[in-house]
Amino acid sequence: MSAPNAQTHAETHAAHHHGHDHGAQAHAHGSLRGYLTGFVLSVVLTAIPFWLVMGDVLDSRQLTGFIVVAFAAVQIVVHMIYFLHMDTRSEEGWTMMALIFTIIVVVIALAGSLWVMYHLNTNTMPFHDMQQMRR
Amino acid sequence: MAMATPQSADGETPVFYLKEEHAHPEGGSTLLGFWLYLMSDCLIFACLFAIYGVLGTSYAAGPAPKDLFDLPLVAVNTAMLLLSSITYGLAMLAMAKGSVREVLIWLGVTGLFGLAFLGIELYEFAHLIHLGATPQRSAFLSAFFTLVGTHGLHVAFGILWLVTLMAQVGRFGLIEANRRRLTCLSMFWHFLDVIWIGVFTFVYLLGVLR
Repeated sequence: MSAPNAQTHAETHAAHHHGHDHGAQAHAHGSLRGYLTGFVLSVVLTAIPFWLVMGDVLDSRQLTGFIVVAFAAVQIVVHMIYFLHMDTRSEEGWTMMALIFTIIVVVIALAGSLWVMYHLNTNTMPFHDMQQMRR
Repeated sequence: MAMATPQSADGETPVFYLKEEHAHPEGGSTLLGFWLYLMSDCLIFACLFAIYGVLGTSYAAGPAPKDLFDLPLVAVNTAMLLLSSITYGLAMLAMAKGSVREVLIWLGVTGLFGLAFLGIELYEFAHLIHLGATPQRSAFLSAFFTLVGTHGLHVAFGILWLVTLMAQVGRFGLIEANRRRLTCLSMFWHFLDVIWIGVFTFVYLLGVLR
């Protein structure tokens, strides 16, 4: 009962290791086409925000800022895919799991810090109280 | 009959585990481990970005980003890092082909772009300090020098690692261990480029826009 079980276990393990090695190989290399695509996309995604800010193209600063941040987000994804070769298969999905976990922690740390400190600043400003007293 | 299948006190059949560990190929988990290191490094940068986000407007009546930052210089710097990313990619492709000479050439070019990036950044820092915009001047400048300086320090160590690997590849060729190391440095190098996207967007572009 236990012997054939161990056998199949070993087999699945061997297969699993084979797949794993294959994944690592694909992860390592990439292709010329992939790198060039990533490079061209990055150049475009970098040039447009610099042009928008340096050339003072748009009237609304808020809109410019929004577009610049959006371009950065897209460029980060481009780098992840074409240069870091991120996908859901490498290392059986563990790299993607680690990445998702990190993104969650980063968002909490950034949004939380900015939110808390912004309110701390506005609520403890001395001149804020004085304005209220004047009214 | 009851002795043939051992049972625990509450009547459940115990589960057996493999006593002997199966073989782990050397370095089989290095890439995942290195990725986890990069993710923890990412958290360091997240903290520094958060600090910059909180303190980035505290000028202490000193200079603001608009007075200090030279965007054309930052654009050139960004180009250096981006070019070094594509040349490192070409080194990885040469590694896949197994050509030691090409790997060394592309690594060398990558290192030169990295040095150019560092040189421009150090020039910028020297210029700012010359203007009196030192890290001690205001909270904004402290946060700026810490964030951008930490990234620059990473690039400096990346170049040191790159030179070490060039010596390794030159001496031992593209052996399995060297391929693994080159792959790790590749992840490190592209990761630094990703961090730089955040730096030039949030520190320089949004700073000048403010």
